Amino acid sequence: MTTDPNLDSPRTAVSNPPVQPMQANLGPGDVVRASAMPDLPPPTRELTPVAKLIDVSKCIGCKACQSACAEWNDTYPEIEENVGLYENPHDLTPDMFTLMRFSEYENPQTGDFEWLIRKDGCMHCADPGCLKACPAPGAIVQYSNGIVDFIHENCIGCGYCVTGCPFDIPRISQKTHVSYKCTLCSDRVAVGQGPACAKACPTQAIVFGTKDDMLAHAEARVEDLKSRGYDNAGIYDPQGVGGTHVFYVLHHADQPSLYSNLPEQPRISPVVEGWKGVTKTLGLAAIGAAAIGSVLHGLMTRANKVSAEDEIHAEELVEGREPPVPPGREVL
Amino acid sequence: MNIDLSRRGFLKLAGAGVAATSLGAMGFGGAEAAEQAHVRAFKLASTTETRNTCPYCSVACGIIIYSDGDLKAGEQAKVMHIEGDADHPTNRGTLCPKGAALKDFVNAETRLTTPRIRRPGAATFEEISWDEALDKIARALKDDRDANMVLTNDDGVPVNRWTTTGYLAASATTNETAWLTYKVVRSMGIVGFDNQARV
Amino acid sequence: MTNSWTDIKNTDLVIVMGGNAAEAHPCGFKWVTEAKATRGAKLIVVDPRFTRTASVADYYAPIRPGSDIVFLMAMINWLIQNDKVQWDYVKNFTNAPLIVKDEYGWSDGLFTGYDPEKRDYDKSSWDYVIGEDGFAAVDMTLEHPRCVWNLLKEHVSRYTPELVEQVCGTPRDRFLKIAEMIGECSAPDKTMTSMYALGWTQHSKGAQNIRGMAMLQLILGNIGVRGGGMNALRGHSNIQGLTDIGLMSNLIPGYLNIPTEKEPDWQTYMSSRSFTPLRPGQTSYWQNYPKFMVSFMKAMWGDAATAENDWAYHYLPKLDVPTYDILRMFELMNAGRVNLYFCQGFNPLLSFPNRAKVTAALSKLKLLVVMDPLATETAHFWENHGEHNDVDTASIQTEVLELPSTCFAEDDGALVNSGRWLQWHWSAATPPGQAKHDTWIMAQIFLRVKKLYQEEGGIFPDPILNLTWDYADPDEPSPEELAKEMNGRALADVYDTADPTKLLTARGKQLLNFSQYRDDGSTMGACWIYSGCWNEDGNNMARRDNADPDETGAYPNWTFSWPLNRRILYNRASADMQGRPWDPSRKLLEWDGEKWTGYDVPDIAPTARPGDVGPFIMNQEGVSRLFTRGMMRDGPFPTHMEPFESPIANVFNPQMRGNPVARVFASDAEQFATSEEFPIAATSYRLTEHFHYWTKHNRINAALQPEFFVEISEELAAEKGIRPGGWVRVWSKRGEVKAKALVTGRIKPMQCGDKLVHVIGIPLHWGFMGAARKGWGPNSLTPFVGDANVETPEFKAFLVNIEPATGEAVS
Repeated sequence: MTTDPNLDSPRTAVSNPPVQPMQANLGPGDVVRASAMPDLPPPTRELTPVAKLIDVSKCIGCKACQSACAEWNDTYPEIEENVGLYENPHDLTPDMFTLMRFSEYENPQTGDFEWLIRKDGCMHCADPGCLKACPAPGAIVQYSNGIVDFIHENCIGCGYCVTGCPFDIPRISQKTHVSYKCTLCSDRVAVGQGPACAKACPTQAIVFGTKDDMLAHAEARVEDLKSRGYDNAGIYDPQGVGGTHVFYVLHHADQPSLYSNLPEQPRISPVVEGWKGVTKTLGLAAIGAAAIGSVLHGLMTRANKVSAEDEIHAEELVEGREPPVPPGREVL
Repeated sequence: MNIDLSRRGFLKLAGAGVAATSLGAMGFGGAEAAEQAHVRAFKLASTTETRNTCPYCSVACGIIIYSDGDLKAGEQAKVMHIEGDADHPTNRGTLCPKGAALKDFVNAETRLTTPRIRRPGAATFEEISWDEALDKIARALKDDRDANMVLTNDDGVPVNRWTTTGYLAASATTNETAWLTYKVVRSMGIVGFDNQARV
Repeated sequence: MTNSWTDIKNTDLVIVMGGNAAEAHPCGFKWVTEAKATRGAKLIVVDPRFTRTASVADYYAPIRPGSDIVFLMAMINWLIQNDKVQWDYVKNFTNAPLIVKDEYGWSDGLFTGYDPEKRDYDKSSWDYVIGEDGFAAVDMTLEHPRCVWNLLKEHVSRYTPELVEQVCGTPRDRFLKIAEMIGECSAPDKTMTSMYALGWTQHSKGAQNIRGMAMLQLILGNIGVRGGGMNALRGHSNIQGLTDIGLMSNLIPGYLNIPTEKEPDWQTYMSSRSFTPLRPGQTSYWQNYPKFMVSFMKAMWGDAATAENDWAYHYLPKLDVPTYDILRMFELMNAGRVNLYFCQGFNPLLSFPNRAKVTAALSKLKLLVVMDPLATETAHFWENHGEHNDVDTASIQTEVLELPSTCFAEDDGALVNSGRWLQWHWSAATPPGQAKHDTWIMAQIFLRVKKLYQEEGGIFPDPILNLTWDYADPDEPSPEELAKEMNGRALADVYDTADPTKLLTARGKQLLNFSQYRDDGSTMGACWIYSGCWNEDGNNMARRDNADPDETGAYPNWTFSWPLNRRILYNRASADMQGRPWDPSRKLLEWDGEKWTGYDVPDIAPTARPGDVGPFIMNQEGVSRLFTRGMMRDGPFPTHMEPFESPIANVFNPQMRGNPVARVFASDAEQFATSEEFPIAATSYRLTEHFHYWTKHNRINAALQPEFFVEISEELAAEKGIRPGGWVRVWSKRGEVKAKALVTGRIKPMQCGDKLVHVIGIPLHWGFMGAARKGWGPNSLTPFVGDANVETPEFKAFLVNIEPATGEAVS
């Protein structure tokens, strides 16, 4: 029912948060990858990978996950119109990091009507396209527990993360000009808690724990579904992005696209792969060339804020100079 | 299921983790990234926890209210977060989309904060003091009761009922409020008495 | 609920019909998911719409709104025809063997004794044959042609799968598949649970819908067992408590009754409540009625209630009609016969039927007092909000007081959940501005009225002047003091009735439980069923031990469950005639040779030998009732009745409209539509994103479901030229609304005989106050008529028409 004190990563979302002040157990030393920082030092330790499993067959589409997400993250999703759908807001927004998507399906095999409901949001890819595409140093980081997080202070709002994402998840705020998405509640995980959505989920269609535990749980769920006649039930943990730390159990795993166009075989766009395949210096030069980038990708919501300082810094890097070593640095 | 015990354990571990990572963090290349990787500050630190139950449906999920300020210590307190109580047998920490957003019900912009009166024919409410409002109600009750209380029926049977005043009781109030309401309403002889059982 | 939310995990089959548990009670529904995941349980959903509950069901069938009795009676017929009956249970624990009077019968949709002028039945024939010994005649072989079982067999024989298809629009094969799934639960080691809510109650024959399923559950042997039961999913968080405490026109706390004019004195009142057993040796628990009643009167009026004045019997009002329910009160109000009205946390402008009538009625009040944490539509009924509340403000002379009250986060006290758990909670926040606790407001109103009577005198002040009010702070009685009054306390030393030398509770102490209630004035206790909640052990409602020995789902030491901390009602019926559990793997109680032992507080005397005392001790028969005698106004068995507004005529009697004994006020009868004028069936419901009219004040919930819409089929949209997401006008004979169209495959037209019936779904969460977009509710459209027994308005089946709307609603 709660987190084992001898473990590094929380094993469940079913626990009550602490109220005493405590330091975060997730920090710079846990970063395994950071955007536009190819020479990142290795992490100081390896956390047990965590994962959020979404079992769509148990999901009742109640939107408790959306509600808990907005409350926990103090976002203000807009009160929109009804456009003839259950999806509200109508899409992911900078203020709505997760969204129930509803699909109606007449199953030709059984003749039964099905209402397929999928919680959409960041998949926390093992090979994150957003991070690969991001030109801003340290704006997107991946921790050793698998969480892919945005460091908003470093974000330049260029929108490359949106192009880089095979699942179309990040959203750029028109107000703050910064990119937002699900953090997997990294602030909660850092104090031994699971994500707010997983804790709230009434039917525990969303569960949280180690990736291994979640895979084992998912396999048991697939067995149950097969016993109920869903012969193609299976796990959606796409290997095209190295597997994900948010993954699904689907009744129709052979047809993920039934679930509001869940990609059949998601992978990072070859453009992004090619681009990020070059060296750090080129990657950073791209910051200087952000305006060009914006034209190329046609994604910009605004001109990048690139200060003169940034330009100089980028030039230095392009010219091959190493960044200054901070004093007192120790290599562990 | 002892959350507190395990939480202390986790705290110890968290401290150790921070000590280790703070060293490693230095290698993060401050010149490259403007800001080191960090998670959002944990927002429940130093809040007061209170056990309560959700006021919406009859599942009555256990909730924990996190407040700024400790009411029991005589302080002013404001709700800053509400979450399911993982120790509660029914909901096990879960909440529905209504329960998960309870904070914004308590702190809704349309919460009433002052007694108001709308005069006959008026187009707006105006503020009124509690004293004035309560005296007005008491006067109206007594006058209507004295004028319309039915003491006996046509057969001379004592019936002591009052039908010209009615009372609808709230179905989200506590039993204790309900019992006090019952006493007050019944003692006056009101029979137009109802609750939300049917609607 | 007979059982609790957590007990649902023990079931093998869940049927959700007359409700939508996944949407309206998501965290209770988790136990369905749990049963599915851990026990391999199956879920059946029968609903006019393919709901979010249906989206996780193993099997779904559509049904036309208002036709449930046909489905349920056909199910009983199928079970009997296919020998899917828990015979030992039926013979021993139901009234199947009891013999019914020869005069009882049914024809043309009506039972014997119908008087069309009075719109009422003479129910005298709907009863048992009583022998000279005073006991009911019985044939345990079930061969007697007039035994309840054979009358039931005959009654349900009309309800065939073909009739289901014709009347309910449910395809025959879907009905039969469900019948097979349900039939499996007649085995003693299989249980089904029924989860229902306002989808069954809000009909003019709502109580009979529920009886239909209760009978089905008895035939399967599923009442009193783990994983079984009749589980009414109550609406508001403390509607169970408000009902228990009797905040209704005709109730006294603990399901005692306000007297009627026909009971002019205490003796007459008590004489009709003698509850003598109808079987030899049977316990008839209501024989304790006088103890509960006297203790209540002492709680109300203390020393002023004496044996000499019949415990102040005349301080209680006497009713001239069955109830002054909300429909009657608004009918009277509309006729100018109500002057003052109080709405405490209640929003009738959106929750009562026929909003035009509600507005007209409120406009005739002298004074409306609204106590609420939120700005409600009712408090603002006089305010013009364009098309959303188009009233002539200046002409409305009603004075309105809007009083700010606290909410759950700001008070202490107990709420009773649907599973009868009294759970204490604690305040966490300072009330906003000048908001006050309801207890303070009620005390202030009372004390000021009392003072006026003291100073001025007036009409019959006695019950007011003598009301007990011995609180530490008279201005604001504390929740602790009030809770203790409900538990009850000894006014004099209370001795054991079996051993008068044995002191049970000393004067001034809290009573242990209602077994210590007395009818001699030596005890006070406001609500007998709650007794035990705050005895000398302290506040048992605040207990937080969540241990669950052997994981039965009982959680015996978590808070307090009424009565007597019992978790499953009728639990004696979980064991057979010898006292052995029907299903050893789901043991609840067991007879150990001397007493009942097990996981729950026995719902029978702990030493009552199996076979000696029947398990349904609240009934004079000691058994449950497949045949309800004359206890319901509209029949001893459920019979099919159409809604008052129906797309098709009653197959048994085309002349019969709605429930033939439901109360209908003349002006409302004129406003019932025919299917020629209004061809489309409509039904109302809640959405999971909202709670009634509260959460539209919440910015998050308003974002999750921002705007009023109606759900219609693709076929109806095509027929009417309605565009998905476009505006539509929906109107009935009583009013109209404008909504967005949600066109879906989840509602399909139903073929009922030769008629294709379209259904429109109308959710109920919008109004003109709060954060969400302005809209309307179904009550602008619904008919002003209630259930024949309890007056629940018919919100779930009515007639409308629909067309694309031109121009957008302006808010």
